[in-house]
Amino acid sequence: MPNLEHPAYPAATLLQLESLVPCRESQVSMLLSIFGERQQFSFPSIFIYGHTSSGKTYVMQNLLNTLQLPHVFVNCVEYFTSRLLLEEILIQLQSCSSEPEQTSRVHCDTFNDFVRLLKQAVASQELQDQTVYIVLDRAEQLREMEANILPAFLRLQELTDRNVTVVLLSEIAWELFRPNTGCFEPFTLYFPDYSIGHLQKILSQNHPPEYSADFYAAYINILLGVFYMVCRDLKELQHLAVLNFSKYCEPVVRGEANERDTRKLWKNIEPHLKKAMQTVYLREISSSQWERLQHDDGEPGQLKGLSAHTHVELPYYSKFLLIAAYLASYNPVRTDKRFFLKHHGKIRKTNFMKKHEKTSNHLLGPKPFPLDRLLAILYSIVDNRVAPTANIFSQITSLVTLQLLSMVGHNDQLDGPRYKCTVSLDFIRAVAR
Amino acid sequence: GCFVFKPSPKRRRLSQKTAIGFRGRNNESEDSELRFVTCQSLWDQIKSETEQIQEDLNKQLFDNLVSFLRQSHSEFREKTTEWTCRMKSREIPTAALVLGVNVTDHDLTFRSFSEVLQNNITPYIALLEAKDCPDIKSLMQKLMGQLMNCYTDVDSLEDEDYVQVSQNRIRCSMTSLINWYESVTKKTNSETPSKKRTSSSRHWQSPPVVVIFKDMESFATKVLQDFIVISSQHIHELPLVLIFGIATSPMIIHSLLPHSVSSLLCIELFQSLSCKDHLSTIIDKLLLTTQFPFKLGGKVLQVLINIFLYHDFSVQNFIKGFQLCMVEHFYTQPLSVLCCQLVDARKRVNSLSHDQCENIRKLPSFRRYVENQVSEEQIALLTEDNFLKETIQKLLEDLHVYHENYVSVLRCLHVFISSLPKYPLGKQIRELHCACLENQVWETEEYESSLQLARMLNKSDLVTMLQQCVEIFVSSSGKEFDKTVEKLKEFLTQFQKLEEAIQERDVSVSSQKELQKKTDLYHLQKTLLELKESRRSKKLTKFEMLRFEVVDFIDSLVRTYLVPADHKTLHEIVYFNTASVLRGHLNAAPRTALHTALNNPYCYLKNQALKSDGGSISNKAPDICIVYKLHLECGRLINLVDWLEAFSTVVAAVEGPNADAASSDQVDDIIHARFIRAVSELELLGFIKPSKQKTDHVARLTWGGC
Repeated sequence: MPNLEHPAYPAATLLQLESLVPCRESQVSMLLSIFGERQQFSFPSIFIYGHTSSGKTYVMQNLLNTLQLPHVFVNCVEYFTSRLLLEEILIQLQSCSSEPEQTSRVHCDTFNDFVRLLKQAVASQELQDQTVYIVLDRAEQLREMEANILPAFLRLQELTDRNVTVVLLSEIAWELFRPNTGCFEPFTLYFPDYSIGHLQKILSQNHPPEYSADFYAAYINILLGVFYMVCRDLKELQHLAVLNFSKYCEPVVRGEANERDTRKLWKNIEPHLKKAMQTVYLREISSSQWERLQHDDGEPGQLKGLSAHTHVELPYYSKFLLIAAYLASYNPVRTDKRFFLKHHGKIRKTNFMKKHEKTSNHLLGPKPFPLDRLLAILYSIVDNRVAPTANIFSQITSLVTLQLLSMVGHNDQLDGPRYKCTVSLDFIRAVAR
Repeated sequence: GCFVFKPSPKRRRLSQKTAIGFRGRNNESEDSELRFVTCQSLWDQIKSETEQIQEDLNKQLFDNLVSFLRQSHSEFREKTTEWTCRMKSREIPTAALVLGVNVTDHDLTFRSFSEVLQNNITPYIALLEAKDCPDIKSLMQKLMGQLMNCYTDVDSLEDEDYVQVSQNRIRCSMTSLINWYESVTKKTNSETPSKKRTSSSRHWQSPPVVVIFKDMESFATKVLQDFIVISSQHIHELPLVLIFGIATSPMIIHSLLPHSVSSLLCIELFQSLSCKDHLSTIIDKLLLTTQFPFKLGGKVLQVLINIFLYHDFSVQNFIKGFQLCMVEHFYTQPLSVLCCQLVDARKRVNSLSHDQCENIRKLPSFRRYVENQVSEEQIALLTEDNFLKETIQKLLEDLHVYHENYVSVLRCLHVFISSLPKYPLGKQIRELHCACLENQVWETEEYESSLQLARMLNKSDLVTMLQQCVEIFVSSSGKEFDKTVEKLKEFLTQFQKLEEAIQERDVSVSSQKELQKKTDLYHLQKTLLELKESRRSKKLTKFEMLRFEVVDFIDSLVRTYLVPADHKTLHEIVYFNTASVLRGHLNAAPRTALHTALNNPYCYLKNQALKSDGGSISNKAPDICIVYKLHLECGRLINLVDWLEAFSTVVAAVEGPNADAASSDQVDDIIHARFIRAVSELELLGFIKPSKQKTDHVARLTWGGC
């Protein structure tokens, strides 16, 4: 395993950094070598990508904080317009210059302003002879802002003529970023997913003070055995580990088993974890409810998850409208006459269907249908006469707002609106009952 | 959300707080002023009553929610540094509030909910609606606007400069929200402790910020996701609680939010009372009571209930419909002055004008009453106002007593009916109520079959029912029920005795024992036949006799007390019966109305010349009607030239034979213009639209196309 070493930084700091970012040593040393010494110009833009919770943000934050490099850390989701984003960068830059009285309101509407203000901010401080790092987390959001933002950030060093490096963090690959018009190619760095061994190591690192590290590591081992198949998200695993740990400790607390009695402990926790996988992990029941349940030792059966409440009570005609919409969506128009007319003539032979129509319509998904067809089917499936009142029509719109139907083609609302039925067969069965 | 309610013009007129509208066609003598006032005060009573009911019904839900909110950020406040709290990822506490599909009612629920919150938990509440938040920017703007305003509400004038700054330029970001929150909480904690004493006793030091998404379904997925991601990053600094108002099922959360986002939430489910139960309570408290003098007739009630069950499930709309009935009743019925509490009614009867007396004499129910009197009294009633007034007082009292008895007996009957298999008379008391209002319930087949079924009830059921009935009668306000109660109690004691008697001689199973001894098939058959024979011919047991008696007694109660209201004299004063008006207002059929207007213009224009027997197209009708009728005969695509031809032929027939020479080959310019105008009017109404499939053709948009 490569130890971190760099002539510019003291060994103690590097050692501390290494303990903070386990399993990411190679990436960190790569970054360090790109960064170079404080006063050296670094690569203008670095693009770091990797799957969810592969430690991109965490590593960057720790790296910059431990080495005390001047930096700005911005989440692009949070600052959703370019103006907010640029202003936030400037505000943070001002605050790290340790001149509090200077934090006046900044107005920065365009990138041009930004470059000008950035020059001022960097020049006015002792930052001059240091590289300033601007980290943009969730950088994929930049693509949705103005077209010039991303290319400009990539060559910010050139534009400002200052020692600035922009680091982009994202979950998607650089290929999906590259604008049509071409741009400066950043240095790309991939953070691979943590392996199961890595996860084990990282998770066991933070053991609770009252139990030994080995005990906790054994627990993590069991936890990963259950959850690794479905979830590799470090944060989520950590959360689950904490939630279920008290249950794991229960036999030990009661004195029924000692800390080494792994088999007994495993038997105790395994069904519990499986249950957790079906409930808490899917957010069927909330973590606090889960904790309360654990505390009271109650059966999870009595607490129904979110998916258990699928039944929707609908007014009489809404039900029929929904059923009619479902029929209209999944039956071909041809068959309407046969299904809904009293005297439809004789039913032709079954093999009249063409080959491609034999695939189930349910696999093909709902098809759009016009309003008139919906009403025609409605009239034929409701026993008594239905007056086409305003209430019926407003129910159709209500069903659309409830997302049980969806409108297709928004431009044609007044003349001939078309709808699709978006509910499943099971739902319709429940409604039709 | 839709399930719309269209405020009727009449209501608006009323809300102007003038009785002028009430006067309308009617003249002064009919107490329009008084009627208006009565109507207003009655409505105020009913309104406060319904609000009270709603509050009571929602109490449980709100209590749960409040305790959830209290717990939600306890960790935040206590700032625990325990290992578990440090390690666990902080989720945003979220309440999924399933409210049912009656979206129109939600507004009121949310309003009272935020009131409750304001009083108990936190002043910082934001109510967001999907239509205001098409993107994350407007959502943040809305959110911050609401939160910062609520802050200024708390201490009103102190921070005016601050408000101005924020209104000029709010940086709509989470950071500014956090800064605001910090400044607000700090201020309440330290700077003005004396002033804040009152509010800080209600709220904690750092009250949570509650964000309510009123209609979760309509929000754009991206907006919600972004908002949740952003706020989860700042949950340590800003104690946020989300509340999702859900109309359908909580599954929608999972379909709107991917796992990566929903894993940031700590969702707990809360379910409100079903709207059907709500309606039952409303009907119970508004209609099945003598508290309010105004009553709904059977048909009207049926219309309201049908709209509720068939169309919108909205209790608010039901109440609005009830209000409309009331306004309509007081507006159209001059005698509705007497529709008030009995005490007032007596006074008002004495001050009735001669015209009003005449109005009473015209009432059909009163006429019937008069016809049944002896001839001298008939004359007196029809000529002497004073005598009439005395009689009216008596009759009104009768009516009041009838209502009192009616309600109790109805409830009593409902006790019996509601436990029968298959519910021949309906399960809910409202169905029974409608049936009783409609006609004489004892003459219906359903009643007959329910009595049959009641005669087969087992004893324990019967006893519990009788006990319930006794309770109903004892608690009722009717005065005539002493005897009934006595009788029912007597039944109960008889049942008691019967039980004792049976316990004394439980040897009656001997025959069965004998039966078990027999092994021979032939003998077995024989004894079985004998047994059957004996059972058929056997006299009714004591229990069966008693059961018959009980059912007969109930039957007699029904026959005396559940007389339909329109058999009662002067029922017109308190009952609103014109269901057609109500249907026209609440369940309008625009398509049908449009069709009638265009197909049969006489219906609306009342011009004798337009009166036709249908079929043929009259040439005196407005152009648009002619065009409409012609287009009804076409298929999906209409050739404009043919259409024009037909139009000019029809119109030319009016002009008379002298014009035919000119119109044979060349269409008159004026007719052409009229045609074009009519067609474009039709297009405006949405019957046709220009088509690109064929030149010179338009497409039909209504029936006939498919």
